[in-house]
Amino acid sequence: MEMGKSRVIALLAVASIVASACSSSTATPTTGATTGPGASTAVVPNAAPSATGLPVTDSTVYPRAETLYTTGKQWGPPSTWNPLDAGNYATGTLGLQYETLFMYDPLKDVYTPWLAESGTWDSAKTTYTIKVRSGVKWSDGSAFTSADVAFSILAAKNPALGSNLWTTGGVTAADATDASTVVVKFTNPAYQEWGQWLYNSAIVPKAVFEAKNTADILKFTNANGVGTGPYTYKTAAADRMVWVKNPNWWATAALKLDVKPKYIVDIVNSSNNVALGQLLQGGVDLSNNYFPGVKSIVDGGYGVTTYFAGVPYMLGGNTATLIPNTTKKPLDDPAFRKALATAIDTNDIVTKVYGSIVTVADPTGLLPNFSKYVDVAQDTALGFSFDTAKAKSMLAAAGYKAGSDGFVTNKDGSAIKLTLEVPDGWSDWMQAESSIAASAAKAGIKIDPQHPDFNTVVLNRNRPDATTAPKFDLQINNDVQIGNTPWTWYDYVFRSPLPFGTSENRNYEGYKNADAWALVQKLDNTPVENVAAMKTITSALQKIQLTDMPVIPLWYNGIWAQMNNTVWTGWPSDKGNQVLPATWNGYWNMGAVLMLTQITAVPPAK
Amino acid sequence: MRRYFGRKLFTYTLTFFIAATIDWLIPRFMPGDPVAGLMAKQGGLSPEGAAALAQYYNNLFGLDRSMPEQFINFWIALLHGDLGRSVYVHGRPVTEAIMGAIPYTLALLIPAILLSWWAGNSFGALAARRKWLDNTVLPIGYILTATPYMWLGLVLAFVLGFSLRIFPLSGGYGFNLEPALTWRFFTDLVAHWMMPFLSLFMVMFGGWAIGMRNMIIYELESDYSRYLEALGAPQGLVRKYAFHNAMLPQITGLALQLGVIVAGSLVTEIVFSYPGIGMLLFNAIKSEDYFLLQGIFLFIIIGTLLANFVVDIVYIMVDPRTRVGMRGGTA
Repeated sequence: MEMGKSRVIALLAVASIVASACSSSTATPTTGATTGPGASTAVVPNAAPSATGLPVTDSTVYPRAETLYTTGKQWGPPSTWNPLDAGNYATGTLGLQYETLFMYDPLKDVYTPWLAESGTWDSAKTTYTIKVRSGVKWSDGSAFTSADVAFSILAAKNPALGSNLWTTGGVTAADATDASTVVVKFTNPAYQEWGQWLYNSAIVPKAVFEAKNTADILKFTNANGVGTGPYTYKTAAADRMVWVKNPNWWATAALKLDVKPKYIVDIVNSSNNVALGQLLQGGVDLSNNYFPGVKSIVDGGYGVTTYFAGVPYMLGGNTATLIPNTTKKPLDDPAFRKALATAIDTNDIVTKVYGSIVTVADPTGLLPNFSKYVDVAQDTALGFSFDTAKAKSMLAAAGYKAGSDGFVTNKDGSAIKLTLEVPDGWSDWMQAESSIAASAAKAGIKIDPQHPDFNTVVLNRNRPDATTAPKFDLQINNDVQIGNTPWTWYDYVFRSPLPFGTSENRNYEGYKNADAWALVQKLDNTPVENVAAMKTITSALQKIQLTDMPVIPLWYNGIWAQMNNTVWTGWPSDKGNQVLPATWNGYWNMGAVLMLTQITAVPPAK
Repeated sequence: MRRYFGRKLFTYTLTFFIAATIDWLIPRFMPGDPVAGLMAKQGGLSPEGAAALAQYYNNLFGLDRSMPEQFINFWIALLHGDLGRSVYVHGRPVTEAIMGAIPYTLALLIPAILLSWWAGNSFGALAARRKWLDNTVLPIGYILTATPYMWLGLVLAFVLGFSLRIFPLSGGYGFNLEPALTWRFFTDLVAHWMMPFLSLFMVMFGGWAIGMRNMIIYELESDYSRYLEALGAPQGLVRKYAFHNAMLPQITGLALQLGVIVAGSLVTEIVFSYPGIGMLLFNAIKSEDYFLLQGIFLFIIIGTLLANFVVDIVYIMVDPRTRVGMRGGTA
């Protein structure tokens, strides 16, 4: 009797999972057959009843040969498909479902017209005219027009979206003058930031978003929304995001582009060992996770490749930078900071911690795609490189004498012991931290590596108010990602007035230099095509940076990408399709969408 | 009867209030500002925009109020079934995240607890009477019960999942499937459920089997058994009495074990990336999501209290002495 009961309960419990799994998927409309031409064509061929009388369930089973499995972007359950919620939207919301006016390729520094056919400045460079692409349709079948573009620019006014387009960005008006033209008016245009907006911000359907454009716009989750992109929403669960191909994608006709996978399943990151197992067993085709020991993965016969076949394997995506608290002794002294920069053996981090999948950063901190802005002669003259003996002599020359324990002391004779913080669990950075402490110690600088939890690192880093100094001594940070303009990097280093509070995201080191900030603003107000003027300004900024050393660039953190060639091949590489192989936010519209048109399915082995 | 339940109910309410208050307090004692942490992960925002967004988040999570106000709001919201909003699922309600995970955890826990309890007790009782069973089941039971849930989980994953490839290694259901009322989905679901279930079942089974075996031997040696035997009562009757008496400590044991079992299932879920409460808790910790952590702990508190309450009721039904006690008599 009791056994019977238990069995019933066990069965009920299993049934409850089935029911809940089903109900959770019906809560967000997924059946597709009722919504959008894309989804319905995907479902209809399978809707015929099978011989058993039950409906064939192919739309709920993704054939391996038609499905691309990705992972590495999503750290939590997909929970919003609102492309205006830039920090949180599910993998591919911008790029696969929603698109931008332009696509920007950082590797070639080229803007490609995407939802815009063209964008041109007038001769005074204060009015920007966008010709909207014709023949584009939203996935619900309605026409894409200039009204959608004008609305999307207008939506950036909403304070909840955290855009400064209409304030310091300089936009004063955005009007759809006819069905295919949008005229944007500026005063004192921030050309660099506008250039970024063009390829980084989603064009959303006015019909859907206009009613949502309130202070609560971020609460609009927009599941199964209406987009222009190559994919539409299929389903989502706590551990995955599934996209299905939009057969009516405009670029197929207009640009002769065809995305190959019918389904894209993006798997939410669990642990590194699970992700690695999935990649090696061929359960994942593209992994944007960081794995130690990439060389052994590539050489291991698993069919896994990377962008470069050998060292450094990965493209650089951001600059890992040592942030000194320039308001504290002795880090307020440029001479000490330069000596510290010279004392760090970054090559040791690159080879020992990373196994050479990253490269040593240029002293200017500019990513390799900005190398044309580096004033090489000045960089060579003023830049730094690892040299323990030189670091020692620099410290001595600056008046820092060694104490009884061999470590240098402050000029007043007090001991120097600097803490260096990185977030707990960031294993590569934790190892890097030890390496920094070890090489600095050889030059006589005492560094105590610490790894508090992430929120504590942020707490110690942020200024509580405009005048109070933050607590930290040294931290590593890499907030600035690859993009279209070196302005972002200089804004990050020199931002003035000093930001503070919970939202602080620039100038962590607390460095004040009015001349530098004036140059940064001047750079922002320089048209993106005026490379010569940009070079002049960035050269002057580099001089300040290399002389005063407000931050110490260490290495280029990579665009981690491991591609399995078992099911899909033709992945991005330096020898073949040169696009960024990343599913992260902002990367699809930096060319990664093209990767989906370039890969090909491997024919099944006979 | 009413007094008994009244007293129990009062104890449970008080326990709940204290536990929930501690649960509310702990995240607020932790260093760091969750909104600052969230903002730091955003990136790419202009400082002006970031300030607006930080304001939005503070309001969303109710952190722009004073502490006493937050505490009162917490209780008001709690009584409305609102556990606040989660950082890990980007500002979605905590209840939504927990409700999505609960079915998986219950589907693991309930069958594992009940089946292992039933099977363990049956085997234990049997082993007490059969020498050969005693010599085989008992050592296995000792090994199983001493095994940490997650370690057994890893062993199962290696043997059944990796080497023999009988069951899938991780997840709730295959990444190539969508939930549907189909045989394929159902079997896939069960296949994914099997290993986490087994690792919980086996460890608990060992514990119950040993406990029952010892209890039965003790009861069979006790005075009333000997007296019954001396009176010439049939063996079956003696065993029945012994079994009933041995059962009582096992029920108490179940009540005491519930907390440990829940903790064990949490770890097991992490081993198998099984999308239940344990996995959610793990992710909440990783993303420093205090609101979600608070919600999950609250769920565990409520769950454990409820289960204890059920055991209390079961006890009344099984042990006549409790019933006598409730009527004011003495056993």
